[in-house]
Amino acid sequence: MREPLIFDQGRPGRRAPSQAPGIAGPTDDLPAGLLRRAPPPLPEVSELQVVRHFTRLSQLNFSIDTHFYPLGSCTMKYNPRASNKLAMLPGFLDRHPLEPEGHAQGYLECLFDLQEMLKAVTGMSGVSLTPMAGAQGEFAGVAMIRAYHVARGDAGRTQIIVPDAAHGTNPATATMCGCDVVEIPTGPDGDVDVDALRKVVGPQTAGIMLTNPSTLGAFERRIAEIADVVHGAGGLLYYDGANLNAILGRALPAAMGFDVVHINLHKTFSTPHGGGGPGAGIVAVTERLEPFLPIPIVGRRDGQYRWLAESDRPQSIGRLSGFMGNAGILLRAYVYMRLLGAEGMRRVSGFATLNANYLMKRLAAAGFTPAFPQRRASHEFIITLKDIARDTGVTAMDFAKALLDKGFHAPTTYFPLLVPECLLIEPTESEARQDLDAFAQALIDIRDLALRDAAEVKRAPLTTPVRRLDDVRAAKQLDLTWQSRASDRPNPTASPN
Amino acid sequence: MSDVPQQLQYTKDHEWIRREDDGTVVVGITDHAQHQLGELVYVELPEAGRPLKPGDAMAVVESTKAASDVYAPLAGTVAGVNPALTSQPELVNTDPYGAGWLVRLKPADAGPAVALLDASAYAALLDAAH
Repeated sequence: MREPLIFDQGRPGRRAPSQAPGIAGPTDDLPAGLLRRAPPPLPEVSELQVVRHFTRLSQLNFSIDTHFYPLGSCTMKYNPRASNKLAMLPGFLDRHPLEPEGHAQGYLECLFDLQEMLKAVTGMSGVSLTPMAGAQGEFAGVAMIRAYHVARGDAGRTQIIVPDAAHGTNPATATMCGCDVVEIPTGPDGDVDVDALRKVVGPQTAGIMLTNPSTLGAFERRIAEIADVVHGAGGLLYYDGANLNAILGRALPAAMGFDVVHINLHKTFSTPHGGGGPGAGIVAVTERLEPFLPIPIVGRRDGQYRWLAESDRPQSIGRLSGFMGNAGILLRAYVYMRLLGAEGMRRVSGFATLNANYLMKRLAAAGFTPAFPQRRASHEFIITLKDIARDTGVTAMDFAKALLDKGFHAPTTYFPLLVPECLLIEPTESEARQDLDAFAQALIDIRDLALRDAAEVKRAPLTTPVRRLDDVRAAKQLDLTWQSRASDRPNPTASPN
Repeated sequence: MSDVPQQLQYTKDHEWIRREDDGTVVVGITDHAQHQLGELVYVELPEAGRPLKPGDAMAVVESTKAASDVYAPLAGTVAGVNPALTSQPELVNTDPYGAGWLVRLKPADAGPAVALLDASAYAALLDAAH
């Protein structure tokens, strides 16, 4: 059912007086030119209408709390309620960011311990928690690589190497840091083409950005060799932590030769995720990059916790937020890690990879085509639907829409770009076997329907509040401002069916 | 099946090249490429006069699925771009070999080029990928 806009639910003159101030304040001290001549064009609705409207909208949410959400590369795992509850204790919730250190020892201790745990899971020697999203973590990482080279008087290193399977944010990050992007290809088995890498490294190389396991859902087997090639040329290695869930507690980015890591706490460490955040993209580095970490960092001296800021870290790339990043998100990740402990973290990666491999084998046995059938999946895998798209015209996008009708969030579609008509499927450790089986059966049923009646699949989704959105028009016409007169309003961006 | 006109040359990156009588070269993306991308929402085109080496990214075609670079097939300078694409990027979808052309290049007198394919070689490349 489609929920009307709240503006369309009101009646002229309707008010919610219980929510209005009891006494209108005087306005005679305000400049006359700033006074409104007409009331603001707010929705004229009752309090109950507001409550019902937003409650109904919340019930339209498609979330991990209600449905399986195998959105590849996003690690949409369950967010334990304990993390929320403990991070919202009054002592945390009511803290002021400018509180003196002496009054905030408990909070600072949690962040210090979080830094230490993140060092342990990456093998790195320094951590900064301030980046407020994955993109900001990436930016901090590459900015530190640049700062390191510049501090050594080697400012000509301006090239960042990125494999063609990388997340789109990687080249964007390099560009934002003033670097040029050099793309290298992937071999047929899904590993980086090391010969191509050897040809592009040199005195201009600032570093390489890699995700391991890669976006293709396979572990980069020649990572030690890649590290030797890049380090040999004087560059550094950046680890995009997008896929850390696959190796948590089992392999250390530092041991693979990486110099800097960013980790999305909202993925691997289960803080609420989606809808634009708030996220946390912490960075961890080896010793040589430590002076450049963004501030503030929590330090400890004589048993007292304190902020390390400009005077402690004069070579820092600086601040990325006014205070300590997304403080509440950091606390949730801290609780999650404490709940798991080292042994629990190994169980996370164990079940994440077991679930992915189970689902991949089950789909392969049902006739689907894994993109890299010769490789064991990491925590995610790709199937390509190019054969069925060619034979029936039913595309990966049609499968994605049809899955919505069956109660599943669609996997990531058309990414990575190198695999045609692909679905990137990441079940995470949260799902039980019967959920994986039900998802596999849904894909089988859609495939069978496509072979019988392709047009019927292309009608999907039938059960969602809106049908197929006009994404081309949404990308071209960015004006979403509500207009008060119906005649001014653009048509809803939905196709006629 | 994608349309592959006989009279054009192609690159393995799914671009087409047409040599004009005035010595300039017109570049666009192929029917296969536009089909893979889906309807374009934005096209970024180079400044006139910009010098290019073979393989330089000279334009960007963006759909709701992906943004892809378009590479210079040979050395030269940008002699002109298709002004209609600013307001109608979808021309690349509806008429990839005609009204949807991207860039006109003035080739350098002597310069390297990327390997070009004739229509049958490009069609074979598409078949091999399927």
